[in-house]
Amino acid sequence: MTRRMWALCCAAMILSTWTLSSASEAKDAKTAPAPAPAAAPAKPADPIKIGALFAVTGPAANLGSPEAKTAQMLVDEINAKGGVKGHKLVLVIKDTQSKPENAVSFAKQLIEEEKVFAIIGPSTTGETMQIKALCEENKTLLISCAAAEAIVNPLAKYVFKTPQKDSDAARKIFMVLNKLKIDKIAVTSSNTGFGKAGKEQLEKIAPDYKITIVANEVYEKDATDLTGVLTKIKAANPGAVVNWSIEPAQAILAKNMKQLGLKIPLFQSHGFGNIKYVQAAGEAAEGIIFPAGRLLVVDVLAKDNPQKALLEKYKTDYESKYKEDVSTFGGHAYDAISILAKAIETAGADKEKVREAIEGLKGFVGTAGIFNFSPTDHNGLDINAFEMLTVKGGKFAVYGN
Amino acid sequence: MLSSASREYRMSFELLLQYLFSGITSGSIYAIVAIGFNIIYNTTGIINFAQGEFVMLGGMTAVSLSAVMPLPAAIACAVVITSLVGALVEIACIRWLRQPSVLRMIMITIGVSILLREAALHIWDEKVRALPYFTGNECSSISILGAHMSPQVLWVLGVCGAMVIFLSIFFRHTLTGRSMRACSSNRMAAVLCGINAKNMVTISFMLSAAIGALAGCVISPLTQTQYEIGTPLAIKGFTVAILGGLGNTTAAVAAGLLLGIIEALSISVVPVAYKDVIAIGILLVILFFKPAGLFGNKETGRLSEF
Repeated sequence: MTRRMWALCCAAMILSTWTLSSASEAKDAKTAPAPAPAAAPAKPADPIKIGALFAVTGPAANLGSPEAKTAQMLVDEINAKGGVKGHKLVLVIKDTQSKPENAVSFAKQLIEEEKVFAIIGPSTTGETMQIKALCEENKTLLISCAAAEAIVNPLAKYVFKTPQKDSDAARKIFMVLNKLKIDKIAVTSSNTGFGKAGKEQLEKIAPDYKITIVANEVYEKDATDLTGVLTKIKAANPGAVVNWSIEPAQAILAKNMKQLGLKIPLFQSHGFGNIKYVQAAGEAAEGIIFPAGRLLVVDVLAKDNPQKALLEKYKTDYESKYKEDVSTFGGHAYDAISILAKAIETAGADKEKVREAIEGLKGFVGTAGIFNFSPTDHNGLDINAFEMLTVKGGKFAVYGN
Repeated sequence: MLSSASREYRMSFELLLQYLFSGITSGSIYAIVAIGFNIIYNTTGIINFAQGEFVMLGGMTAVSLSAVMPLPAAIACAVVITSLVGALVEIACIRWLRQPSVLRMIMITIGVSILLREAALHIWDEKVRALPYFTGNECSSISILGAHMSPQVLWVLGVCGAMVIFLSIFFRHTLTGRSMRACSSNRMAAVLCGINAKNMVTISFMLSAAIGALAGCVISPLTQTQYEIGTPLAIKGFTVAILGGLGNTTAAVAAGLLLGIIEALSISVVPVAYKDVIAIGILLVILFFKPAGLFGNKETGRLSEF
């Protein structure tokens, strides 16, 4: 008898919380289309709230974690210097765990509840694509830290991105393949937004460089063993493997290739730009070739390189503060915040004017390259932002040196 | 003419063998995780959904300890620590239940799995780690008839075999093991015979955590270890345990290897993205015709209780 009562009580409680929450959701939905009051220009001393969506945990943690740390570091640094034009910056970081559904609900929360001035992130392409329309509708600035060209092409008025384009990464790889006289390749990619977008770019651009894709396989993002895929690739007999992913699986792929005795070159995407992937793959990482920004090879950059000073500053700041190696991903967050800060400095705390100010930024030195934005180019980077790198003795080195 | 045909035959034979090896590689990972499910099942009749987290804890602890002590010692300590965690889980969450219904215990294990995962995130962090390869390194491979595999796979298979032998001796020939089985088949009768059923459940959690931790250490060089690796491993392990027939350790290993090989062979004909479709499809078909699993009989496969 008592047990039944208990069960009834439970059911009643669940029911009531459910109705309550759905009622409050309905209320939220009603008030949602009115973020207008927040759009009013902030008074000079008002702090500016910036939302950040990063995959701090989850399969893309090697991206999101350094991004969140970098963003916090840079915002603290700006505030210590008195903020931007007297406005202190307030950073609200949400951990999306690299799940698009989390990115959507956090983006809504940032826009509707926190009423943020702008959003930086998300870390991954899949998440960014899910909130692109949302930010556009709400006229909220979004500066993504994800790589795929699809984020800014087709153009969305309020959406920008800081990493280099995946189409340029593909071109860089194909150029090296042409030089090595390899014309048959196998393509592997993970089943994420980044992997899918990269695979499409490779398929689209390969004919321009007279390269045939003889095997094309998509694997799970949390794959723990890829020997099966590689066996199939071995059977297709390609001259090189080009892998497009951001997950730890790219280290497993490198290991499995060696274990299967597959002795052809392995190319990775610019998603390989974290030394942790090299450490995870150990000796199997030796000789991997991939395109990346110059941050990873700042030590060997020529003194007159316009990026050198900035890259050295970021590297020293980050590595002394967090006691871990710097990665290109953190750099994307660095660029996003500094671009935003620069635009606020020129245009003041007005969303619309800041948006126009970003479109007018020319020759802005960032960690990923020299940004030249325009009303039709919301990425601002060209193929020269990439350098081809390789792994030598467990460290990144410039390829061909 | 003949020679080219025979070379082609050899190529395709090599390829088949290579698919087989890659199937054994992933199959051995499934099998070693699946073994752990059977121990708690054998005592309590429940599926422990926190088993994947035991695997993860074992790997993570060993990675941390290996920084300060040699690898074998680190693994041994990791196994002991994880089995203590297993005991703690049972004492804190299961032992005090007066009439633990199967469903309730299962719900608790799901809760515990989430708890352990979040705890691991806070104790360590989100980064991916791995133990060094036991023999050789990332690049070493052994070649048999032209097909290759990592020597670590042999370690996994070896440990699998050792576990199977140990567990079958333990459950058949030791008093504790037989008492544990008695608790599963009829708890009331076991208690009437003077068996302390609660202690048996605690021991089964410890044993299962220890087996999970050892599995986590052995597969760590292959799969890499991260705080959330437990769930995907446990799902495959659980599938394999069901496929083989719950409670039967040997069957779990056989079913694990079988599933791995089916997956690998399926990759040869369809894109790899569909390998789970094939694998789970086959699982469904088998369960339609043999509900107790491939090697289980109706008495041990008491799925009706759920």
